[in-house]
Amino acid sequence: MELSMALEQSHITQPKFVLETEHLSRVISDRRLVDDITIGIQKGEVLAVVGPSGSGKSSFLRLLNRLDEPTMGTVYLEGTDYLQIPPQELRRRVGMVTQTAYLFPGTIADNLRFGPQQQGKDLPDDTTTLLLHQVGLADRANSDIVNLSGGEAQRVSLARAIANSPAILLMDEPTSALDEEAKEEVEALILKVVRQNALTCVIVSHDPAQAARIASRVMVVKAGRLEKIEPVTEVIHVAETLH
Amino acid sequence: MLQRLFTNQLALGGAQAAAVTLLVLVVMLLARKREIHLERETIVALSRGIVQIIAVGSIFIFLLRGPAWTGMLLLAPMIVAAAAISAHRAKGIPGTFRVSLCAIATGSGTVIALMTLAGVLDTTITSLVPLGSMLIYNAMNANSLTLNRFRSEVESHFGLIETALALGAASKQAVAPYVQVSFRTSLIPAVDSLKSLGIVWIPGLMAGMLLAGSDPVYAAIYQFVTISMILSASGLTVLISTLLIRNHAFSHAEQLTLRPQAIPSQGKTS
Repeated sequence: MELSMALEQSHITQPKFVLETEHLSRVISDRRLVDDITIGIQKGEVLAVVGPSGSGKSSFLRLLNRLDEPTMGTVYLEGTDYLQIPPQELRRRVGMVTQTAYLFPGTIADNLRFGPQQQGKDLPDDTTTLLLHQVGLADRANSDIVNLSGGEAQRVSLARAIANSPAILLMDEPTSALDEEAKEEVEALILKVVRQNALTCVIVSHDPAQAARIASRVMVVKAGRLEKIEPVTEVIHVAETLH
Repeated sequence: MLQRLFTNQLALGGAQAAAVTLLVLVVMLLARKREIHLERETIVALSRGIVQIIAVGSIFIFLLRGPAWTGMLLLAPMIVAAAAISAHRAKGIPGTFRVSLCAIATGSGTVIALMTLAGVLDTTITSLVPLGSMLIYNAMNANSLTLNRFRSEVESHFGLIETALALGAASKQAVAPYVQVSFRTSLIPAVDSLKSLGIVWIPGLMAGMLLAGSDPVYAAIYQFVTISMILSASGLTVLISTLLIRNHAFSHAEQLTLRPQAIPSQGKTS
């Protein structure tokens, strides 16, 4: 008890990592989706999570913004145990872009305003313009989302997540639902936006080559367990052997 | 034709029930030809319907001689039964019986109490029980439609709901559009009943009142009163059930727990 209090105290006083998982696990019906993962992510770092299909990459990501509940362990966000942070506040600070861009009915601007509205804030028009410029959709604020291509929808999804000013951005295979051309465009855009906004980022990818292009470190997950976490150059061949 | 064949009322009733049962079975057979299998459920419903209504009719014989409050004894188990039937329509959502019981009891109970106090509902058993049961029955239908629609709306929009949660929305905000759709859809039958009153259908209650010697205009106005009470009871029931059921679709940490069956509660595992 005293040890855990001391550990928590150390997190409060000296957060070494912006996001840290501690024995993070999720077991459902004896199935270990995420199994005892302990890692730390530094501010401004881009961490890629790779591994074979069904290895628990997305399950791990969903635990980071508490869309799913860990059955054991926890996550520290800037030194605070995330179980102590109200879920709404946590998810504003840890944004997420999903594989499929689920856009709300209405215009692109309506989608960008959604997050800030949840905190009772209005997204200024010039911020909307700036965000849309960043994602290559300048002057499209009033376009209805039904007219967007898959790549454009994913751009809106990215801008919408950033409109919330998150400290960390989680991305779950953001290009895997796109065609080759759109995939390259969105990947380049992610790189640009992450660098421009100096975002700390965790990106799940089934493609080790993409992970190498985007990330500074790669963690390999297999059967829910952390296989390896290393700088891109050292670990990427391990990921490739898993496919 | 049957009236000429049977002079005894009980025998006539039995023959009429047999004729209509045959008609229902023919319709089910036609449906079966189109690969729509409702035979089992229909036979169970027919059997339960006839047994239950005869049982209630028999109880009425005793209740008619009792004090007015005995009517409530009959309505209370009706509410419990309505909640159990309604909850069955929303399998997969935890706590539906409790939600249904609370919603139907409050929805129909409030309207019955207020209308009795206002003198709209007669406190005699012969009036209170049939009218009360109509309100409970319609509240049950509205509640079943709400729960069923809510479940399918949430399951088919789980991606949008989780996206809203991931952007910092509260669960009640994330699910609000689907609660509204469920509410509107479940009240369509009650609203349409009121709209079509006198044009498309004349309720049986009116015929009963005319046979009992009521003024035809008063009988007509009372139909409007009855259908409006049904709309009120259904609306109140649905308001309560949508308010309560949304909490059962999420965990305490605002995580969506109600998902399509193809997607396990732990989410994707890729």
